[in-house]
Amino acid sequence: MRSSLLRILALIQKEFLAVLKDPRSRFIIFLPPIIQSLIFGYAASFDLNSVAYAVFDQDHSAASTALLSRLDGSGIFQRKTTLSRAEDIALWIDSGRALLVIQIDQDFERRLLAGDAAPLEVIADGRNSNTAGTALGYFSHVVADFNSDWQSTHGHAVQGVQILTRSWYNPNLDSSWSMIPSLIGTLTMMGTMMLTALSVAREREQGTFDQLLVTPFRPFEIMIGKAIPNLVIGLAQATTILLIAEFWFRIPFIGSFVVLYAGLTLFLMAAVGLGLFVSSIVKTMQQAMLFAFLLILPFALLSGLTTPFSSMPSVLQTAMVINPLRYSLDLTKRVYLESAGFTNLFFDFLPLLVIGLVTLSGAAWLFRRRLT
Amino acid sequence: MNSWLAKWRRILALTRKETRQILRDPSSIAIGGVVPVMMILLFGYGMSLDVTQVSVAVIDHDASSDSAALIGAFRLSPYFKLQATRSMAEATKLVLDREVDGVLQIPSDFSRRWHDGAAEIQILVDGTDANQARIMQGYAEGPVALWSAAQSGASVSAGQVIVTSRIWFNEANDSHFFIIPGLIVLVMTIIGAFLTAMVVAREWERGTLEALFVTPMQAGELLVSKIIPYFGLGMIGFVLCLLAGQFLFHVPLRGSLWLLCLASMIYLVVALGIGLLVSTLVKSQFLASQLAMTLTLMPAMMLSGFIYDLRSMPNIIRCITFAMPARYAVALLQTLYLAGNVGSVIWLNLAVLTAMAAALMLATRLATRKQLS
Repeated sequence: MRSSLLRILALIQKEFLAVLKDPRSRFIIFLPPIIQSLIFGYAASFDLNSVAYAVFDQDHSAASTALLSRLDGSGIFQRKTTLSRAEDIALWIDSGRALLVIQIDQDFERRLLAGDAAPLEVIADGRNSNTAGTALGYFSHVVADFNSDWQSTHGHAVQGVQILTRSWYNPNLDSSWSMIPSLIGTLTMMGTMMLTALSVAREREQGTFDQLLVTPFRPFEIMIGKAIPNLVIGLAQATTILLIAEFWFRIPFIGSFVVLYAGLTLFLMAAVGLGLFVSSIVKTMQQAMLFAFLLILPFALLSGLTTPFSSMPSVLQTAMVINPLRYSLDLTKRVYLESAGFTNLFFDFLPLLVIGLVTLSGAAWLFRRRLT
Repeated sequence: MNSWLAKWRRILALTRKETRQILRDPSSIAIGGVVPVMMILLFGYGMSLDVTQVSVAVIDHDASSDSAALIGAFRLSPYFKLQATRSMAEATKLVLDREVDGVLQIPSDFSRRWHDGAAEIQILVDGTDANQARIMQGYAEGPVALWSAAQSGASVSAGQVIVTSRIWFNEANDSHFFIIPGLIVLVMTIIGAFLTAMVVAREWERGTLEALFVTPMQAGELLVSKIIPYFGLGMIGFVLCLLAGQFLFHVPLRGSLWLLCLASMIYLVVALGIGLLVSTLVKSQFLASQLAMTLTLMPAMMLSGFIYDLRSMPNIIRCITFAMPARYAVALLQTLYLAGNVGSVIWLNLAVLTAMAAALMLATRLATRKQLS
């Protein structure tokens, strides 16, 4: 027992040295997560804060001016030009210089004053239809505000229901508050799975794995010796991103570190397990990287990171029960923003534990099979 | 003349060797054939930004016929699944257990205030998924408007601005329209940069490239023979995406097919250039693949305008995006696919990509020659 422990410790030490001795390798383990969390923290947002628009105002009335100044005062809409010919609309949309073109008819104010419906046409650049939809949504809000003001000042007041929205855990509905805690799991999974998948493959390619097999190491000892250093590196990466979220982006962490780190450890165990599993079935580093990549890609895309998990086809939702990232995203966000505890997160902890145990023991079994 | 012939024979021989190497390694075939197909399936079927249905806990403090009718309007909406609850505590528990995505609360004075002219309802959303919360907020406006219109007759539109919106290039708001052009860029990036970086770094790691230096092979010839097979692999990926766009997702191709091919080929050369340069500089499989992934794949997804809008990024990030080749490729392909041959967009972006391709090839050539000395 004691000698087994000593052997594992020796292997752990050797693994750490293999990864961290090379300064370039230290650099590639820690620098990309830092840069990526900074850049994606700012970039990965569906919120629009700058919508370039052009206006084709044929009315030039007090009403149309009031509506446009409300738009300009929103801080989001930026008027790029005032068009004087309808033919120019296509020019501004096609070249991408304006995301929206607003077209106001001649009788706009007259119809409003007469108490009729005043139509207003908006053209959006649909090359990215998602962005176009969001911009149109913002525009409708500005128009709705204009309408209720206009109606109350011009005696057309009608009954209305106001929807008051309150957002829990993220008062300003800031998408970076959901995105940045999600990066903790996403970026560490990419790093850890790659690194682990390579660990055995590298030794196999260089021939040192055979040497390891003739030592007194038992397969599960090799497995533990390979797993722990990668797990620790993953935890260090996660901590780095956590610090960036808390101190650079100033997203308040209200949960418990014990719950978070318990969850992250289980998650990394699953990621390392998958990496070792890949590592134990491949022959070369190239294959290890490719297979790891073929797992990481669907895991990252179908985790709910960029698109809502619930709107995926049910076949894919079912297939993603083996995706550790999916549970980890839910877990980190909820501990981070909601202060969720162990009981709330039972259905995240359990699958992670199962994935970790299955893949780790599978990898150990495959190591043994390779012995014969 | 003779030396010219010998040069091409050398290139041909090495290209043949390189092609065989790809064909014999199952993992290269996997990345050339499986990756494009997998990405087409993942992006085409797996990624949808629409929130299909949100489940909401309802607390009706008013219990009047008005509030019942309003709840009825929500029930009729295809976007909402309602669950009646009695108290806020009960609803909060449902939110925490992820049984519901939000809470709809109708205050006890709802009916009275409605008849006075202005009523209020409360929607509490779980902000941990800000995007979904925002979409839900938008969905709620539908049933409320429907109900108030029904209650107060047709007079609602009186003296109101009615917005009619048209989404050009994508009237039906089909998200496949912007996914397919972006997908081509991603597939090219993976094959061009990621795979090439790894394969060439392996040759450096094993010393087989140094072995080639003692042959009459020149650095330039070496590069050409490395580029040709991976270029072919990338073009197979391109054709697969093109076919999927046409026949699986019915994305219209409004611009010229030839320009689309040209733009994709130039971008593929840029991606190959990054892959070759990175592997020549670091000469380690692990470092090269990680660098290629960090420098090309992640930016191609996040900083290219494929998914996230570039204009809304902070200035410093926008400056970074100008250095990303994927940005120009996405603008080109999205325009060629959906808007057509818009000269101002196409020539500028093509010019930038061509300049990048030339610069990268030159840099790789220089980095390789340095190793010879």
